[in-house]
Amino acid sequence: MVDLVKNYGATRAVDGLSLSVRAGSVLALLGPNGAGKTTTIEICEGFRRPDAGVVRVLGRDPSADAAAVRPRVGVMLQDGVGGYRDAKAIELLRLFAGYAVDPLPVDELLARVGLEAVAGTPVKRLSGGQQQRLSLALALVGRPELVFLDEPTAGMDPQARRGTWELIRSLRGAGVTVVLTTHFLDEAEELADDVVVVDSGRVVAAGSPAELTRAGAEGQIRFRATPGLRLGSLLGALPLGTTVSEDEPGRYLVSGDVTPQLLATLTAWCAAQGVLAEHLSVERRSLEDVFLELTGRGLRA
Amino acid sequence: MSAMPTVPERETEPTGSFAPNPGAAPRRRMLAAQTGMEFRLLLRNGEQVGLTLVIPLLLLFFFNLPLLYSLGVARRIQFVVPSIIALAVMSSAFTGLAIGTGFERKYAVLKRLGATALPRSVLVGGKTLSVLLMEIVQVVAIVLVGLVLAWHPTGDPVLVAVLVVLGTASFGGLGLLVAGTMRAEVILAVANLVWLVLLFAGGIAIPLSKYPHSVARVLQYLPSAALSDGLHAVMQHSRGIPVHDLLTLLVWAAVALPAAARFFRWE
Repeated sequence: MVDLVKNYGATRAVDGLSLSVRAGSVLALLGPNGAGKTTTIEICEGFRRPDAGVVRVLGRDPSADAAAVRPRVGVMLQDGVGGYRDAKAIELLRLFAGYAVDPLPVDELLARVGLEAVAGTPVKRLSGGQQQRLSLALALVGRPELVFLDEPTAGMDPQARRGTWELIRSLRGAGVTVVLTTHFLDEAEELADDVVVVDSGRVVAAGSPAELTRAGAEGQIRFRATPGLRLGSLLGALPLGTTVSEDEPGRYLVSGDVTPQLLATLTAWCAAQGVLAEHLSVERRSLEDVFLELTGRGLRA
Repeated sequence: MSAMPTVPERETEPTGSFAPNPGAAPRRRMLAAQTGMEFRLLLRNGEQVGLTLVIPLLLLFFFNLPLLYSLGVARRIQFVVPSIIALAVMSSAFTGLAIGTGFERKYAVLKRLGATALPRSVLVGGKTLSVLLMEIVQVVAIVLVGLVLAWHPTGDPVLVAVLVVLGTASFGGLGLLVAGTMRAEVILAVANLVWLVLLFAGGIAIPLSKYPHSVARVLQYLPSAALSDGLHAVMQHSRGIPVHDLLTLLVWAAVALPAAARFFRWE
């Protein structure tokens, strides 16, 4: 079930990074620009050899065994389509279909990524978002069992982005293994079974989005009410491990494992005190918070 | 999100399923797809068409003028037409292919192809075949203009075709070897320089008989000399099968094409 295991170091871009992907799952490599995501993925695609470490894709060495691996893998490179820029969109898709033993029907695939209207347009005249969608179609036309998508929704408008997410879910539903890189947190949260957070060429965290946001995570509830509430009484009502503080007069912060039960207990206590909790907000940790904690800086930094 | 309840295990696709069934197409189908694409792109590239069609035709007129040197033949056009065919083959298969492919490599066109099931040998084969198709157009144009200039067609067309095919394989292999291993800017310089050397020292512009005997004995093994000499033997002198020239071209092709496929770097 392990498709890929790799450990390697001694390069600046990727520094002793290990990861594995379960067959049929979606793995997101999440990290800021320059974190080593593309280098890692290009090693998996067989474009680069690691200076140290071992890479196995579908059980084989992707650069030494490229001829065996490449027909089974779909690739979406970063920065534009690649391929012949003077070719029409449909021609390039047909060419790639010509490389595969059982390609998807090209017209349907082109419609699926919303490019049927520009089928006859040369690749170089497509907009950035259209090029991305064509690039995605090129990755999929050969019915691969594993796809590498490097920043698949970069440069797409929100609608195309939603469409691409839906398509990636369909891939997963059809049993295709997906490895994608992204610096969009919502993308990783939305699509990935497993997220590997990468920074400076190292894995800084790994797990499912739920695990990552839960692990060691303290949820918070903020609310405003009359100053000077008896917090000792509130604390007694709340589960063990929860903390309560009045940061400023009338502004309260409850930290702990934020569950529906906790919220209900809190509001019931307020009701019993005859206190109306205003501006009540529930904050759970997002992947952004996780990343910030792990690296001390934001993803877009 | 813990057990992925929002994502169904398997979806029915409105437009075909993505159910995996990967694998490379048979080589012949890949070669057909690649050759078709490459040929269409050659025709679409205006500069390329101008260069490969107009320049040989202009040179046909130019070399036919008895200004530069005497050839010592009664009908200069009988020498010039085979020369221009050799030149056209060399320009398309060597210079055109080397520079075109070199820039494709520079602009990451080939990197993308390298991530597919396409083997290097099929890329090299497709590019060479597309050039061969282009040369059919060129040879037809040269023959038509030659006829206008009172050229008398002589020689066996089958032998001419064999020479052109072997010449294309040799020059195509050399061009792709250069394109697949050097930087684009270097390719530009090398391809043009080699083209000039082969043009003048390789028996196309100037017959090898004009060179000292010892020099000509070495030069005759250049692919341009073999192609040019073979074409002249067949078309100008009606000498039958030019075995020596065919073998020379065959050796060049047998070395250059596999070397190009072997050493070709996608980026």
